[in-house]
Amino acid sequence: MDLEFWLPLFFASVMGLALLIYVVLDGYDLGIGLLLPFATDSDKDTMIASIGPFWDANETWIVLGIGILLIAFPQAHGQILTAMYIPVTLMLMGLILRGIAFDFRAKAVARRKDMWNAIFAIGSLITAVAQGWMLGTYITGLGTSAVSFLFSVLIAITLPALYILLGSAWLLIKTEDALFDKALRWAQKSIVPMGIALLLVSVATPLVSQTIADKWFSFPEALRLLPIPLLSSAIFAGLLWLLYDQKAIRAGKEWLLYAGLVILCLLAALGLAYSILPDIIIGQLTIWESASSTSSLLFTFWGTAIVLPTILVYTFFVYRIFSGKTTALTYE
Amino acid sequence: MFDIDPFILARAQFAANISFHILFPSITMGLGWILLFFRLRFTATGDQHWENAYHFWVKIFALSFAIGVVSGITMSFQFGTNWPGFMEQAGNIAGPLLGYEVLTAFFLEATFLGVMLFGKNRVSNRTHLLACALVAVGTSLSAFWILSLNSWMQTPTGYSLEDGVFYVDSWAAIIFNPSFPYRLAHMMTATLLTASFLVMGVSAWRMKRKVDGPATTKVFKAMVVMAMILAPLQVVIGDLHGLNTLEHQPAKIAAIEGVWETHNAVPFTVFGFPDETTRTTRFALEIPFAASWILTGDLNGEVLGLNEFPDQHPPVALVFWSFRIMVGMGLLMILVSWWAGWELFKRKQKPSTWLINAASWMAFSGWVAVLAGWYVTEIGRQPWIVYGLLSSAEVVADHGSGILLSTFTAYIALYLFILLSYVATLRYMATKPAASLLDMAQVPGQVTDHRTVTGD
Repeated sequence: MDLEFWLPLFFASVMGLALLIYVVLDGYDLGIGLLLPFATDSDKDTMIASIGPFWDANETWIVLGIGILLIAFPQAHGQILTAMYIPVTLMLMGLILRGIAFDFRAKAVARRKDMWNAIFAIGSLITAVAQGWMLGTYITGLGTSAVSFLFSVLIAITLPALYILLGSAWLLIKTEDALFDKALRWAQKSIVPMGIALLLVSVATPLVSQTIADKWFSFPEALRLLPIPLLSSAIFAGLLWLLYDQKAIRAGKEWLLYAGLVILCLLAALGLAYSILPDIIIGQLTIWESASSTSSLLFTFWGTAIVLPTILVYTFFVYRIFSGKTTALTYE
Repeated sequence: MFDIDPFILARAQFAANISFHILFPSITMGLGWILLFFRLRFTATGDQHWENAYHFWVKIFALSFAIGVVSGITMSFQFGTNWPGFMEQAGNIAGPLLGYEVLTAFFLEATFLGVMLFGKNRVSNRTHLLACALVAVGTSLSAFWILSLNSWMQTPTGYSLEDGVFYVDSWAAIIFNPSFPYRLAHMMTATLLTASFLVMGVSAWRMKRKVDGPATTKVFKAMVVMAMILAPLQVVIGDLHGLNTLEHQPAKIAAIEGVWETHNAVPFTVFGFPDETTRTTRFALEIPFAASWILTGDLNGEVLGLNEFPDQHPPVALVFWSFRIMVGMGLLMILVSWWAGWELFKRKQKPSTWLINAASWMAFSGWVAVLAGWYVTEIGRQPWIVYGLLSSAEVVADHGSGILLSTFTAYIALYLFILLSYVATLRYMATKPAASLLDMAQVPGQVTDHRTVTGD
């Protein structure tokens, strides 16, 4: 087997997988941060409690994603992070703010709780917008033109919408009664704007990147891509029906919205992978050109092959421990 | 205002971030094991006080851990944003070591932290003990990998260089490079000391405010014993670490000692002001022969001076002073812990007001020592990023000083805000009356209001 060919491909896939898992997992807890200002005080406690045992591990997935970029593609890592200096710095500050607010709000003096709630929400918003900006910059091949910037702004709006929807979907799974109804309304309000934004992004992507346009509009290869928009549209329509019909959601199948969104994200990730690969910086650098030495990759490969499945197993185990509707957080 | 050297700014920014970050792991790494000890004592003895102590300290652990995680994420990105050249040239070595840290440590600690913090009434005692143990193991594994990389940057082995890029010859030689065992032992002991003095200090705050219960006394005693053993041990480990540094990084030792010219029978300078322009140490207070004796075991031994390393030695005064602050803190720790031991165990009395005051002032002594120690080792590595092979200036990103200055200011403001909030919250948590006290005073049938009570 040709390791020099396969190892970079393996790590590109693991990186994609880690970032996809990051979006669907940290997406829901960021979404809850974005929704926090719209909730009553007691709802806020329940919302925070619903993400309490998970948010820390959720955030670790972006460290793994960036970590693999650094381990496997050091050339690209330096270039990408240098080009994204401002949004990355903003995102880091957002992550810091929301991370500390999460813990301080429960432990500091009671009269400061409102301040920490606000910091949690603002931190989540900064994080989500900055991540959208980063994704936009990445898709345009680290472009610096006005068009690239506009495109980044577009994605910077889309990503928080997706996170709000994921947050609402999570609340449907974890809450009951009034908060459940509220989560359903939040989901109904955010799904259409998110759909429109997603559509705009899909239309704009080939316009800002010639490399991507070439891949999308060359026949017959593009036919392989066709299932992605078709399936996405079908799922989107299904979710719309789910939210407005409400029967299934109120009959114990409240996880359907989250599941549908996960599949939607997976399809988007596949579409993105098809558009980008084998480049790591679109139109500039391929995964093979920027890869670490094969012996270094092999050393990490064995660790990843053993540890990553283990991580997935114990993550599943922990989610099972905390399954069911959320109860108040207690250390006892 | 914007004409500050971007290289200096990039370094200052990275230093600020890593300094802020290390404060919290230096607590959680030690505290994780201490919490496991509390849980094991409760499981073994059924003594509720240990459980109360766990409940109080696990909250502080959670808070410290959260700040450690989010400031740690910053680090993983700043390798790329500030030092892209380092990853491009040393990525084959640094990448996998960082990768193993994420894979084996970060996920382990972050995932089981959820069970440790919030799962106590959802899982069996045994599973919960396991979760506590895995979190402690995770934090220590994290130290293992990151210190391995840091040590490799100090004492690189097991590599070959081709066209300025490092390639791996032997992973064993890279991971277990010459300074790694010493640095790992020194740091792990430091975190346990930092945590024990924090626990001692906060317990002393509680005693001062008369909100302590029997658990406070038990915990205080346990921490005193721990510090009595570890503080002297740290001096021995530190000395061995220093001798290892002498072998591999003589310029760092010369800066620590403030020795300019190579000569024999070198005195140890207790205080003084190293001046790089005149290349002398002014107002030096010296102990004759001491440096030669410590470093070579011979009163007349030769010590290499800074002038042997023209333009390739670290900034002297910073390293010189950081070293003295670290050692001073270490000696204070020995003094306070043995004084406490003498009062508690020899005279078998309650801690005196003097001791309580001393312990409460020493609550964050570990932070001071850890930071000073890291400044010695990291500033002492300059001007290199990989000692003797790759200079820091070669790998810096070319951001303008304007943008660096504004992000630097924002980080500093944010970190000061968090630090103030952290200390204020600890002080606030230490004012709440102990659950164990209220339980004792509790009339049968009366419900204790647990919202206002901390588990001490």
